[in-house]
Amino acid sequence: MNGWETALKGLVDTLIVFVVLANMRLLGASRLGSCIRVVALQGILLGLIPLVSQGGHLGLRVVLQAAVSTVLKGIVFPALLIRAVRESGSRRELAPIVGYTPSLLTGGGLLALALWLGGRLPLPPTATSSLLVPVALFTIMVGLFMIVARRKAITQVLGYLAMENGIFAFGLAFAEKEPFLVEMGILLDAFMAVFVMGIMVYQINREFDHIDADRLSALKD
Amino acid sequence: MPLLLASLGVLLLGGLVALAWPGHGRGSGRVAAGSVFAAAVLGIIPAIRVLAGGNVMTLDLPWEMPLGSLSIGLDGLSAFFIIPILLLGAIAALYGAAGLRDGGPRRTVATSWLMYNVLIAGMLLVVVARNGMLLLLAWELMSVASFFLVMFEDGRPEVRRAGRTYLIATHIGTAGLLVMFLLLGRGCDTLDFNAFRIGEGGPRLSGIIFLLAIVGFGTKAGFVPLHGWLPEAHPAAPSHVSAVMSGVMIKTGIYGLLRVLTFLGPPPPWFGWVLVGIGAVSGVYGVLFALAQHDLKRLLAYHSVENIGIIALGIGVGLLGRSHHLPVVAVLGFGGALLHVFNHALFKGLLFLAAGAVAHAAHTREIDSLGGLLRHMPVTGASFLVGAVAICGLPPLNGFVSEAMVYLAAFCAATSATGSFAVSGVVVITALALIGGLAAACFTKAFGIVFLGEPRSAAAADAGEVAPAMRVAMVILAAGCGVVGLCAPLLPGAAAEAIRVASGASPAEMQTSVTWVAGSLRLVVLGAGALLVTFLGMALARRRLLARRRVVSAPTWDCGYAAPTTRMQYTASSYAHPLTSLLGLSGWTRREITTPVGLFPKEAHLRTTTPDPVQDGIYAPVFAAIGRFLLRFRPLQGGMIQLYVLYIALTLLILLAWKLG
Repeated sequence: MNGWETALKGLVDTLIVFVVLANMRLLGASRLGSCIRVVALQGILLGLIPLVSQGGHLGLRVVLQAAVSTVLKGIVFPALLIRAVRESGSRRELAPIVGYTPSLLTGGGLLALALWLGGRLPLPPTATSSLLVPVALFTIMVGLFMIVARRKAITQVLGYLAMENGIFAFGLAFAEKEPFLVEMGILLDAFMAVFVMGIMVYQINREFDHIDADRLSALKD
Repeated sequence: MPLLLASLGVLLLGGLVALAWPGHGRGSGRVAAGSVFAAAVLGIIPAIRVLAGGNVMTLDLPWEMPLGSLSIGLDGLSAFFIIPILLLGAIAALYGAAGLRDGGPRRTVATSWLMYNVLIAGMLLVVVARNGMLLLLAWELMSVASFFLVMFEDGRPEVRRAGRTYLIATHIGTAGLLVMFLLLGRGCDTLDFNAFRIGEGGPRLSGIIFLLAIVGFGTKAGFVPLHGWLPEAHPAAPSHVSAVMSGVMIKTGIYGLLRVLTFLGPPPPWFGWVLVGIGAVSGVYGVLFALAQHDLKRLLAYHSVENIGIIALGIGVGLLGRSHHLPVVAVLGFGGALLHVFNHALFKGLLFLAAGAVAHAAHTREIDSLGGLLRHMPVTGASFLVGAVAICGLPPLNGFVSEAMVYLAAFCAATSATGSFAVSGVVVITALALIGGLAAACFTKAFGIVFLGEPRSAAAADAGEVAPAMRVAMVILAAGCGVVGLCAPLLPGAAAEAIRVASGASPAEMQTSVTWVAGSLRLVVLGAGALLVTFLGMALARRRLLARRRVVSAPTWDCGYAAPTTRMQYTASSYAHPLTSLLGLSGWTRREITTPVGLFPKEAHLRTTTPDPVQDGIYAPVFAAIGRFLLRFRPLQGGMIQLYVLYIALTLLILLAWKLG
């Protein structure tokens, strides 16, 4: 392994650590605006990883995938969501179901769990960093946790996006194995979901004057 | 095989076109009925070819479903079931296309036609499937489609109740089938029928599989005590749907049972005994409760239970013949059961269509509000009479042929065997005789009260004959009953291929048994023919005698009573009461009675209902207990989305940790 490749590997690990930090920041943030920006940043970071991890062998496929995912997650989604926040007029997650400090503590626990699970998953060895699988699991868990522990519909959309980021990261671990179409399919899925949810949040807000998902409980039978 | 696939394709395509057809549902009905007709022509040709001794056709395609493959085959047994399915399906569609047009909003009617086509296609797929997964899929398709058909008038609470009962019952059956197929496929990594190797599992495994088949297929067929859904669902569904469900859909349960029996090899005697027991109980129970019903379609539904009982008696005696190495008994038993499947499709389809015509014309199915309909609806009345005579098993109609074969099997068993096997023959004969007598009583009641006498309500008095297409459908079926009855000696030969697959007899054994039974049936047909000729001669003589005289109609002698009303006629319950009380059924009948009091009594009334004891005594308490238990988990449904996601996330995490830990 020459110096250039070692440097690239270090860079990948750094990016992955930033993804973990973004997760932690997401768990601790109360302002909706900063939450959106953190998730967007996470998406961009993950979009960069394939560019560096291939050791400089940039195929058209990799570049295209990274470009589409970065543009969608870094620009389109945040723009849609920020618009939704502005129109709903709610800036903050005021009373989350799980508070910010407990959220961060849970995040630590989830990270440990993800590292344990990631170590035990019977996976084929990959060229990419060994940290990638545990961090992907962690990101998925954080996304789910955001959906469970927050009240605003916007934060739940963000949790969904974080989950998508996790799935993307999981796919990166097997960049050669995973078909291009699958990743594109997931991305399209997420795009449609955010699009629809953005409209839904707006409509719910107009109809009920709030976007608190837990107050929609009258819909049960 | 291409014709069969084309038939399936036409059915599905026709259903979709019917769904999309513009207009007020009438067009949908015509499109659907047309497609079922086309599919029937396409599908019956290969079936007849196979029954006539042609090669067994198979088709295997890979499928991504685990354990599954798209393998279908057409042997004698499948072919024999395809014919009634398509025949009755097409005739009932003709009837429905005329009868369903003012049934509801356009969307409901169009959807109902899509479901009708899916139901027929599902049944077709069930009988040709050669893979467990494919069969289960087709089975579900059939069950769910028929559920939607039952729910046609979903605005009425009793229809919703019936639909729910049916859905629960059919899924209990499917659960049994799922376990059964997994047991059958143990040791091989596919559920293809020709991969099943049951001999290795020993008698215990095949016993368990047999019992699971009884539960799984028996729920659909309506074996007592699994029959609970029939008297609920048949009255609730539109009549052409009841005809198809009762005429052929419940027979897919019989098909499944016969098919599974071919996997299990030579049966031990207790298989036969179980089926003889189920058959006797179902038959007598069905006809007894039919006798006590006041709703015409509910009565017919109980008669389906009765006829399934007769079929089970035939299979049971056939199995006993097989395990005691008496091929004649086996061939006669299975042959009687199979032919009864076909005959029952004809006459029960006919009876349900006629009952539907009565309900359509008089706006009620309550037997005690009808009466005198034969004068207003001669075609419907005559068709109902033909169906009634056929279902009672009287010559020269078709019901007699199959019952006679089961009788012959039982007599063979009773005379040529010793020990418990001979006893089984006696049991079957007794049960059949009791069933036949009670069925005759029940249908004299149904026909007499509904079609004879004076109308008991204004609606019955105003009833007129139904649409021509509906009459044509009934006449075709009635003619079918007669033709099949008169062609009786040819029937065992025509069904020989199916009987051979079901009974496992060798071709030589088949040949001798079929010739023997055809000989005895020929005698019967000759006798019946003589009877017919006598009747015709008498009718002609009467006509000639009356030709030169004046005919007047006058009221019957009314004992000098000044003001007779139509309510003084026999009612259905008073007619049936002596029999039901004799047979101990009156304990189940609930009475609300206000007796007349004083010298000048004013008001009095009597109301009787006979609920199903199995339904009320076993299922209702069990389901209530399950409901109470499940109510404890109600707080889990808090209405918070976050909570639901938490459940999913926790489940996934725990599963992952458990798998990796």
